[in-house]
Amino acid sequence: MKNLFSLTCGILFGIGLSLSGMTNPQVVLGFLDLFGNWNPMLIFVMASAVPITFIGYRIVLSRKQQPLCDNEFYLPVKKSIDGKLILGAVIFGTGWGLSGLCPGPAVASLSSLQPKVFGFVLAMIMGMVIVDYLIKPIKKDH
Amino acid sequence: MPYINPVIGGLLIGLSAVLMMYAIGRICGISGIVKGAIQNLFLDPLKHVKEHAWRWMFLIGLIIGPLITHQVPSAKAPSPIAASWGLVIVSGLLVGAGTTLGSGCTSGHGVCGIARLSTRSLVATMIFMLSGFITVYVVRHLL
Repeated sequence: MKNLFSLTCGILFGIGLSLSGMTNPQVVLGFLDLFGNWNPMLIFVMASAVPITFIGYRIVLSRKQQPLCDNEFYLPVKKSIDGKLILGAVIFGTGWGLSGLCPGPAVASLSSLQPKVFGFVLAMIMGMVIVDYLIKPIKKDH
Repeated sequence: MPYINPVIGGLLIGLSAVLMMYAIGRICGISGIVKGAIQNLFLDPLKHVKEHAWRWMFLIGLIIGPLITHQVPSAKAPSPIAASWGLVIVSGLLVGAGTTLGSGCTSGHGVCGIARLSTRSLVATMIFMLSGFITVYVVRHLL
């Protein structure tokens, strides 16, 4: 049951990303070209996704003790704004601006069977594994 | 009305995030879902896949989604990636490294985190957008 819900969420998310233009790197780069020929269309994606999620989360988290198929809600607990968050966001934004791809649209675009998308996703996984390996010793100190 | 598809797309993304929280209690952050799906995968593959099956199911759904969208005539097929192979690889490495270090991407911070009114997510989103604006400016207009 859990997996069926998860699959459904993935499909909805994938339709949402591709319908909105997020899976089109040219549209994304056009949105990021704020100081040039700016294409503001992707603002509408966030402007509709965030309020829906805000209202939905409120309803779910205030009325339910636990999710339908699990024992607890897995919510991030970290509150502090640290160097890792800031540096990570700077690095991510740079990578995003170079190709117009971020994790969701990249995975969704695997369906287009473009070799470069597979290359991107593999490189992304490598980046994740490398950083995970590098920051592990820091975690143990705490 | 060029903004209709982005608005409906955003609604579906929001709906997916809410259903995810309601059904399995998870944030819909794609970088985190990918990372969890591959992290320690090879230590005990069978046990890992069983425990993290929801991640794999979500990612499979994410790949199926666009195939459904492309049946809709008004949804344009995505243009091929213009960036060179070298740029694609560097970009992938940076995206993987940055989202791991910064604990999230456009979906986890930009949609779910801001919807939870998380200050961390709001700060991260502003920084990665700014960083994206600057990168595109440098690549398109300075180099």
